[in-house]
Amino acid sequence: MALGRLIVLTVLLCLSLPALAGGIELRDFDDPLTEERYRDLTASMRCPLCENQAINDSDAPISADMRERVYRLLQEGKSDTEIIHHMVQRFGDYILYNPRLEQRTYLLWGLPVGLLVLTGVVVALIVRARRHASAKALTADEQARLDALKARKESS
Amino acid sequence: MKRRLLLLLMPVMFLGLALFFYVRLSEDPSARDSALMARDFPAFEATTLRDPERRVDPSLFEGELTLVNVWGEWCPACRQEMPQLLDLAERNIRLVGVNYRDTREAGLAFLDEFGDPFAVNIFDPDGELGFELGVIGAPETFLVDAQGVIRYHHKGYVSPEDVHDRLLPEVEKWR
Repeated sequence: MALGRLIVLTVLLCLSLPALAGGIELRDFDDPLTEERYRDLTASMRCPLCENQAINDSDAPISADMRERVYRLLQEGKSDTEIIHHMVQRFGDYILYNPRLEQRTYLLWGLPVGLLVLTGVVVALIVRARRHASAKALTADEQARLDALKARKESS
Repeated sequence: MKRRLLLLLMPVMFLGLALFFYVRLSEDPSARDSALMARDFPAFEATTLRDPERRVDPSLFEGELTLVNVWGEWCPACRQEMPQLLDLAERNIRLVGVNYRDTREAGLAFLDEFGDPFAVNIFDPDGELGFELGVIGAPETFLVDAQGVIRYHHKGYVSPEDVHDRLLPEVEKWR
């Protein structure tokens, strides 16, 4: 019995270790919405030290500082945009997984859409050109035969 | 002819993009510029390391070009760059330290042991000023011009080569 309990306890401890290792603090929120915003914000910022971890997933001291700051700004009633701006002012655009839409990033955001539209236009042009070409390629003789065939099909 | 040109356009565009991404993605991501470049030194209010009664703020940087070095007793690279900082101080460059995430005792003991090139040290035990500066780990060094604007940023250890190849030219440029 005691052994069984010990095993259960050990398993539970092992399961909880990753949570402890993540360095994620327990925080109190006034409402679930703020908690969700906190989760989203800390997941959308890249740790400036460890290069490819979000700050909610990083043990670096700077990530802990940044989580703390996000939390504090949320408590002060700041909007998401204000919080993001606050962090970018200090740590640069690098920390954002999704760069903001601004004059500098129009090309970045616009290029995929632009290429998609361009591809559509090119494909449409090619299709149209081919249709045109094949219609034009019929000689008068062929056209007459085609018309005859069509007429036969319709009358039958 | 026109058709062949159009067919050629696709691989050329692809190669162009591939080259662009290759170059950009092989850059060292930690070599990026500080977000504070060409901006005013951030507002702060703190005491100094030596004197808990003395209050300092950004007016500290008015009138003279200053190298600001963020350090801590706990940081091994900071020890290694002290000779370089002492060298810079001997060249009549004003140095101000930011004692980052440290205790007064540890910080003062460090200066006793490794020398003190700093005109003054801003005491920043909670890393508040460090956060405003976007510091992600000591040591980091900023060049602040006589108008209090950040002009250069060096992340990490300052080697003797860095003093000659980077810091001194920047100091000359902004003096």
